[in-house]
Amino acid sequence: MASLEHSVAPPVSDHAATSTGLPSLKLAMWLFLASDCLLFGALISTYVLYRGASTTGPYPSDVFDIPFTSVSSFVLLASSLTMVLALAAIQRGDVGRSRVWLLATALLGMAFLGGQVYEFTSFVREGLTLKTNVFGTSFYVLTGFHGTHVAVGVLMLLTLFTLSFAGKITQDSAMTVELVGLYWHFVDIVWIVIFTVVYLIPTNPGPGS
Amino acid sequence: MADTHIDAPEPEVHAGAHGGRHPGPKEYIRIAIILAAITAAEVAVYYIEGFKEILVPVLFFFSFVKFTLVVLWFMHLKFDSRTYARFFVMGLAGAITLFLIVLLTFQVFSS
Repeated sequence: MASLEHSVAPPVSDHAATSTGLPSLKLAMWLFLASDCLLFGALISTYVLYRGASTTGPYPSDVFDIPFTSVSSFVLLASSLTMVLALAAIQRGDVGRSRVWLLATALLGMAFLGGQVYEFTSFVREGLTLKTNVFGTSFYVLTGFHGTHVAVGVLMLLTLFTLSFAGKITQDSAMTVELVGLYWHFVDIVWIVIFTVVYLIPTNPGPGS
Repeated sequence: MADTHIDAPEPEVHAGAHGGRHPGPKEYIRIAIILAAITAAEVAVYYIEGFKEILVPVLFFFSFVKFTLVVLWFMHLKFDSRTYARFFVMGLAGAITLFLIVLLTFQVFSS
């Protein structure tokens, strides 16, 4: 009987007992990320569909600055490391160190966004706007949606950072940090695909070139 | 009665507070170094003339390895319940199916 009582007791983690034995919030986050895969799948498909279809320039080879975008990629990868270090710290009850890593992740995210703003600005100066050609439209929509996701992630990170000062982020609420971390890493894996498909795979100049 | 608890769903075990299964900081740093090295290799092959013929498959391979490392280690799918993995693979499969249908419909591969 003792073992039965043990089996139906609430799980020892920071979530209420569920029929799956898994925290519903984490399951919901994975479901959300699965649905977000479809969103980015559609946007990447659209970009690939219109590759090399622009009849007027600027073309990708005219505007892309691979060394600059490579640095942005390193920054986003580094932010994934700081995110897991923040999670590892809060899981062992080290709120102070977790706070530092959360802030570092947010700052790296902001650096990435700053790089994207700089990139967009220089592209516009070179004549590539949302309406210039199909490359401009598909490029700005895809990378703009990704940038919006990064911006939302930065807001969530700064919220966690602020809440930690109010004592609301503790070892018992590590799940909250883990959920934000899952979202952040998803943003990172989407960028891994975008960096390869959009920036590194060469595109033939459009038919109008 | 003694073994009734075997059929009950197992509570998820988290790192830190409850005897964790997630990797520690050292392993995270090791994975991050591998990711950085692969990214550097991606950029290098982009500039190396000798790779022009096989650039696309090489880049896709590197991208796949990076994607997998982040999902398995940083997102903990290697260590967490497989239910999460099923959810994610479902979305990923949907995205790839969508990608293929769009490109096949507009005959991108044939052109």
